[in-house]
Amino acid sequence: MSGEWPLWEVFVRPRRGLSHGHVGSLRAPDAVMALRNARDLYTRRQEGVSIWVVPATAITAASPDEKDAFFDPAADKVYRHPTFYEVPDGVRHL
Amino acid sequence: MYGNDGLLDEVEAAEEALRDAAGRRVVGSEGLDDYFTAVIEADQKIEPRDWMPDSYRKTLIRQIAQHAHSEIIGMQPEGNWISRAPSLKRKAILLAKVQDEAGHGLYLYAAAETLGVSRDELVQMLLEGRQKYSSIFNYPTLTWADVGAIGWLVDGAAIVNQVPLCRCSYGPYARAMIRICKEESFHQRQGYEILHTLAHGTGGQKAMAQDAVNRWWYPSLAMFGPPDADSTHSEQSMAWKIKRFSNDDLRQRFVDMCVQQAEVLGLTLPDPDLRWNEQRQAYDYTQPDYDELKRVISGDGPCNRQRTAHRRRAHAEGAWVREAAAAYAKKHAK
Repeated sequence: MSGEWPLWEVFVRPRRGLSHGHVGSLRAPDAVMALRNARDLYTRRQEGVSIWVVPATAITAASPDEKDAFFDPAADKVYRHPTFYEVPDGVRHL
Repeated sequence: MYGNDGLLDEVEAAEEALRDAAGRRVVGSEGLDDYFTAVIEADQKIEPRDWMPDSYRKTLIRQIAQHAHSEIIGMQPEGNWISRAPSLKRKAILLAKVQDEAGHGLYLYAAAETLGVSRDELVQMLLEGRQKYSSIFNYPTLTWADVGAIGWLVDGAAIVNQVPLCRCSYGPYARAMIRICKEESFHQRQGYEILHTLAHGTGGQKAMAQDAVNRWWYPSLAMFGPPDADSTHSEQSMAWKIKRFSNDDLRQRFVDMCVQQAEVLGLTLPDPDLRWNEQRQAYDYTQPDYDELKRVISGDGPCNRQRTAHRRRAHAEGAWVREAAAAYAKKHAK
C-alpha cells in the first residue's frame, strides 16, 4: 500500500464569540483537502462557523507521565486566587 | 437503565456526566495500574497517552475497529436504493444518511488510531477479512421497504446498543459515540416514516412493509450478540466500563421499545410468542437463531462475499484518486 496520508487535528469554532475547540482528527493529503474534508466530516449540520486544521505532527503535548511534576508547582500558590486574601469589614468595591 | 422517553436525553446526560467527571479529582494512588483503576472507578475518562493495560487497548481497538468497519460496510445495503428511491425527497434523505454512515466510520477510525493502530492497518484488516463487521449488513435489501425497516429496526437496535457507549471509559470513543448518537436519531425516524407511509398506503405497499419487518426483525435482535451466557468479552468489558449493560438486557430493552412502535405502524412483529409478562414488567419474546448468527459472522451469510468484494473493488478503484491527491500534495509541499 502507498504512503499513508498525514493526520490532521480539527478545531471548530461553534459560534462567533466562542473559541475553537478540538473535535477530532482526519487524514488528508494536504491542508486544503484537510480543510474541505473537515467541513464534510465535522460540520454537516452547521456545527461551526470556522475550522482550523493542524498537522498532528506539529502538536507538542505534555506527557501524562510527567503530569504531577509539570503542573504541581501551581498547586501551592494559593495566593494567586483572590479568595486567599482577607478583606477588612466595611470595605466596598474590592 | 435509561428512561422510556428519549434516548437522546440519555446522550445529553452522558455528555453532562463526562463534563462533571472531568471536574472531579482522582484520588491519589500508587503506581500506574492503580491510577488506571482509580480513573475508571471515578467514572473519568482514560485518554490516549495515559497508561492502560495491553488487553484494555486491544479490546478497544477490536471493538472500535469492528464498529468503524460496520459503518463503512453499512453504506452498501442502503446505497443499493439511492438510485431507486421513490422521490427526490427520499433520495436526498437517503444520500444524507449514507453520508452520515461514512462520517461515523471516519470518526471511529480516528478514535481507533489514538490507540496506536494505523489507518492503513485498519483498512487492510477489513479488506482482508481479518476484522469483522456487524452481521446485520450481510442481509440483502430486496425492496424499498427494507430501507424503512433498516432505519427503524437496525438503526433502532444500533442506538440502543450505542447510547450506553457514550459513557465508555475511553475518552475518544465516548466522545465519538456522543456525536454519532446525536446524528443517528434522524436515521431511525426516517426509517419509521418510510414504513408508516407504506403501511398506510395501498394494500400492496402495506404488505411490502410487513414483509420487510418480517425479514429484519430477528437479524436485528441478533445484533445484540450472543446470549450473556455465551458472550466471551462481556465480563471484562463491563469491569472496564467499556460496556455498561449485558447483551440480553439491551435486547430486552429493544423489544420492549418496538412493540408499541409496531402497533402505531399497524404492522405486526413476526413472533407469535410475543406477550407482556406482568411479573417481569417486560415482554416475553422468541430469541433469534444464534446458530444463524454464528454462521453469518463466520462468513456464511446471504451477502458476506458480495459485501467484501464490493468494498475491495471500491478501494481498488479509488486508488488513483488517493495517489493523485498524494502526488499533488507532494508537488506543492516544496
